[in-house]
Amino acid sequence: MITFILNNKTITTSEHSGMTLLDFVRYEQRLTGTKIGCREGDCGACTVLVGTLESGYIEYQSITSCISPLGNAHGKHIVTVEGTNLQNKLTVIQEAMKANYATQCGFCTPGFVVALTGFTLSSSHKNYDNALDAISGNICRCTGYKAIEKAANQVVEKLNNKEKRSFDWLIANEFIPEYFSTIPKRLRELETKDRDQPKGKYVSGGTDLYVQQPDHLADNDVHLIAEKDYLKGINIKNGICTIGTNSTVSDLWNHKELNTIFPNLKKHLKLVSSEQIRNMASLGGNFVNASPIGDMTIFFLALNSDIGITTQGGKDRNLPLKNFYQGYKTFDLKDGELLKDIQLKLPKQNTYFNFEKVCKRTHLDIASVNSAASISVENNIISEAHVAIGGVAAIPKYLQDTSAFLTGKPLTSKTILEAQEVLQNEILPISDVRGTSDYKRLLGRQLFFAHFTELFPKQFTLNEFIEHA
Amino acid sequence: MKNMDSYTHVRGESLYVDDVNVRQGTFHAVVFDSSKAHGKIKSIDYSEAQALEGVERIFTYKDIPGENEIGGIIKDEPLFAEREVHFWGMPIALIVAESEFIARKARGLVKIDIEELPIITTAKQAKENDSLITKPRSFSLGDAEKAFADCDYVFEGETFSNGQEHLYIEAQGAYAEPLENGNIKITSSTQGPTAVQKTVAQVLGIAMHKIEVDVTRLGGGFGGKEDQATPWAVMAALAAYHLNQSVKLILNRHDDLRMTGKRHPYESSYKIGLSKDLKILAYEAEFLQNAGAAADLSPAVAERTLFHATNSYYIPNVEVAVASCKTNLPPNTAFRGFGGPQGMFVIEAAIAKAAHEIGIPTRRIQEANLLDDNDVFSYGQIATKVEAKNTWKSATATFNIAALEKEVEDFNASNSAFKKGLALMPICFGISFTNTPMNHARALVHIYLDGSIGISTAAVEMGQGVNTKMMQIAADVFSIPIEKIKIETTNTTRVANTSPSAASSTADLNGKATLKACKVLLKRLKTVAATYLKVTAEQITLKDEFVYIEDKKSKFEWTQLISMAMLERVALTENAHYATPEIHFDKTKEKGHPFAYHVYGTAIITATVDCMRGTYEFDSVKIVHDYGKSMSEGIDLGQVEGALAQGIGWMTMEEIAYNDEGRLLSNALSTYKIPDIFSVPKEVEVIPVETQGHELAILKSKAVGEPPLMYGIGAYFAIQNAIKAFNSNYDLKFHAPMTPEKVLMGLYENPNTSQH
Repeated sequence: MITFILNNKTITTSEHSGMTLLDFVRYEQRLTGTKIGCREGDCGACTVLVGTLESGYIEYQSITSCISPLGNAHGKHIVTVEGTNLQNKLTVIQEAMKANYATQCGFCTPGFVVALTGFTLSSSHKNYDNALDAISGNICRCTGYKAIEKAANQVVEKLNNKEKRSFDWLIANEFIPEYFSTIPKRLRELETKDRDQPKGKYVSGGTDLYVQQPDHLADNDVHLIAEKDYLKGINIKNGICTIGTNSTVSDLWNHKELNTIFPNLKKHLKLVSSEQIRNMASLGGNFVNASPIGDMTIFFLALNSDIGITTQGGKDRNLPLKNFYQGYKTFDLKDGELLKDIQLKLPKQNTYFNFEKVCKRTHLDIASVNSAASISVENNIISEAHVAIGGVAAIPKYLQDTSAFLTGKPLTSKTILEAQEVLQNEILPISDVRGTSDYKRLLGRQLFFAHFTELFPKQFTLNEFIEHA
Repeated sequence: MKNMDSYTHVRGESLYVDDVNVRQGTFHAVVFDSSKAHGKIKSIDYSEAQALEGVERIFTYKDIPGENEIGGIIKDEPLFAEREVHFWGMPIALIVAESEFIARKARGLVKIDIEELPIITTAKQAKENDSLITKPRSFSLGDAEKAFADCDYVFEGETFSNGQEHLYIEAQGAYAEPLENGNIKITSSTQGPTAVQKTVAQVLGIAMHKIEVDVTRLGGGFGGKEDQATPWAVMAALAAYHLNQSVKLILNRHDDLRMTGKRHPYESSYKIGLSKDLKILAYEAEFLQNAGAAADLSPAVAERTLFHATNSYYIPNVEVAVASCKTNLPPNTAFRGFGGPQGMFVIEAAIAKAAHEIGIPTRRIQEANLLDDNDVFSYGQIATKVEAKNTWKSATATFNIAALEKEVEDFNASNSAFKKGLALMPICFGISFTNTPMNHARALVHIYLDGSIGISTAAVEMGQGVNTKMMQIAADVFSIPIEKIKIETTNTTRVANTSPSAASSTADLNGKATLKACKVLLKRLKTVAATYLKVTAEQITLKDEFVYIEDKKSKFEWTQLISMAMLERVALTENAHYATPEIHFDKTKEKGHPFAYHVYGTAIITATVDCMRGTYEFDSVKIVHDYGKSMSEGIDLGQVEGALAQGIGWMTMEEIAYNDEGRLLSNALSTYKIPDIFSVPKEVEVIPVETQGHELAILKSKAVGEPPLMYGIGAYFAIQNAIKAFNSNYDLKFHAPMTPEKVLMGLYENPNTSQH
């Protein structure tokens, strides 16, 4: 049985755990405020909140319910737009949307309301940028967003007036309904021991799988692993960072130490899907999806990471991520094996990391080309270099030759221009809906240059590169 | 006045077609469609699909009791393919099952053998093969050919503008319920309830009065649900008719993207001639419209391209022609702007090209040719109350164009990795259905016993705020609070024989009808009050729910007045009809006065291009817009901002792609991108121009739905100007959308002679 709290109601259901949460709330529970726009996590009309009890405190995150398995709701508090409603009046968020004309046809509106409610409940700093991030996965075709920006701003202003944002404060100030105060206790009392799960397709966040094979997952047994503790956690010890493959992109985003080690982490991760998806998408899922353009794969390839694989017998094995991929969508993972964790050496003082991504739309889009680079420099000599690039080969590509070429060379534009020639010989882009091969080659060059202008702005400029390219 | 619908919107309580209650036993349907763009159907085997548990029945053209025909303008579009398929995604059968999931699973079990025939995907190919929907049309003014001989400058070129997916967030859908006596009620997400009713009747071979179409509201339409909401409603009705059970058909996003038409791609060529002092003396253009596999609304869309071919410029000698070209794509259809944007992109391209060649800023040519009062349009209408120069001057002065240009220049001089570009975009858009007979509407107004009011019109609420505007009109006439007024669903049994909610005219037409009905009721009520108060009706006014005599408040309240009227057996219901006066158009001469009025405006768009990555942002869009006298500034501003974003999307990131086999490649939201919150202009400033409004606009508040979309065209030129600033060897191109790919390729083209 799957047990959870849906808005103010405790649900126990024997429904198939691979059913989408969207279908359950909409068609089983008749909560029709949660809308169907795309069923791919690309529009946000089906946004709901997931409240998770963590050491006595509830952390709320927004997700797109269309690509989330019902079983992942087990033991959680799920909030739909109906669950944010007050009796006979509007919440601060709803009022802000109304007062600023931030709703026209109204179809995307519940998604925005829920996402902004999630923002008020979350532990993130209550500023305008974070409010916009909270609705980064919500598409509106009517308003042109300017009115929504005003609404978001108004919500931020109303929050800024108070330092403390406890449930009590949010309830007293009409951000959320009263029943929220009962949720922590009720969640604690919920009978949520691990469910017996059938053998079936492993599903963690589900963000790729539910886009690629929704009918298969709805029709067959799934084995949900998002809550498996041994696949979780980010640990830093002895200069090694070990990240459980169930970690989501948001887990990286929120990790204090990682943000110190990678000062541009949030800037980079903001280019990865939307907040709703980042809250669900697991690193392991991104790796085994094996998309040649997987953002996090490119990211960790350039960090020269290793991955740990666990077998059912309990015997683990390790291998470099760059050796994991064998061909288009094929990789070194046998039946019954699971990606367990990812390990990387923390960058040294003189190591610089950058991530670049270009797509039709900067946010919530799949890259035409993405690239990451990790460059160590000692006395103006490149002591170590790892460059990865996506969208230009059958696999997410670690640029072996380019990285090797750079290593040991002086950090000069001559080196970079020559390395770029090597890069061009290592890639073989094809023309598709994300761009022609000529474009991807040019973009590959540009993003390679961009790593150096970003990391060493005093040394390199765009003009210097292209004059000689 | 806030949008009155927003209360239920923000609470998730607004009802769309997929939210209405379903009857027990309701079946769900999925469309089986063609997986080839053109071919002969050799065989179809439904046996495995039919045998799947839970599948109720599969319907094909053979099950159609009436006509297998849904074409609105031209009867050239079958509901279900019979022996041939004409586009990838063309409906062939309807699979009805206990659940959508089962129906979709069954779809995968259908076996079809199609013998492929040659396909055409572009308008040019179609024209070469003489594959046309209907005879080409042309508008002519003066003598262009002769005038070119007198021009100091003559330039020619070609342009392309791509299609655009509507991407209403609510996909197409309908719910059909059988009633007694063979009657059927259909809840449809349509902009055109009468089109649905008429087509269902035709396909089922029954009378229209047996079909009731109800529209609660739309989760976006943008023209995509004007004609193309119809097939799904017809299919659901057909299944309900046979099964005597309710049937729901909601397209999933992939099916919707694949099966429905979009904004028309246009391949066009132009020739523009100017005098030394930059007056455009002559303009020729040929527009090849990619209509897709059936007419749909294409001839009407093509017509509007001609109407707007010269945008807001006066050109004395014009020769413009359009051909609706038949291809093997899904039938393209109405989309906000309705062919106007495609025409306007070409004249703007021609002007940009001329300016570039002559070596002057584009805006000098634009400014030198703006329309004035008493200028004639190529279709014979004399321009009156023209705001072209007014909005231009106001925009350039208010926003200080010289300073903005200086800013761009200075920025470009001191930045090498980023370049800015600026463009001005004037617009002129005619309001009315260009098909004159469609310009009418009705309103049915009930005043109930307790003084509350229910209004039914032909207007479909799809986000444009028409419900609120209708409420405002009634509240204003009766001087009662808006809470006492309810706008009913749009229903063919209450308001019949309607035009679709389209052409920006919904508020004008239905608002005028509502105003008329309310005024008749008001007159009646005044007579009641006058009799009771023993004064004349002329002395009576209603204010804030009280009767006033000669501007003095009486004790006689609105609710009492209604009770009194009931006792006096006065009709508290009124049905009014409104037809736009003055308009006419003679298609044999291609001359007339088709528009009630025109809407004008000028936008200044500034873009910044990242020359490393080829990406871009819009710093600002500054607009002076002609609202007339806006009756709802918040709603109208929302229309401007929303249309602008859609226009920019069309011109920049939204890229429809079909492969050579005619299969849609941009077939999901992951491959077709529309603007998100980070990609819209950082700053949008819209200032209303002070005008008197227009009598034919509702309460002098001009139509606002479509015109602002065309401000987005400026985005193309702003980006192109930034590219030019980086790469002086860049060849101007007029091939929209301007995607990051085109930008990057443009920044680095012709590198050998490049001077940065």
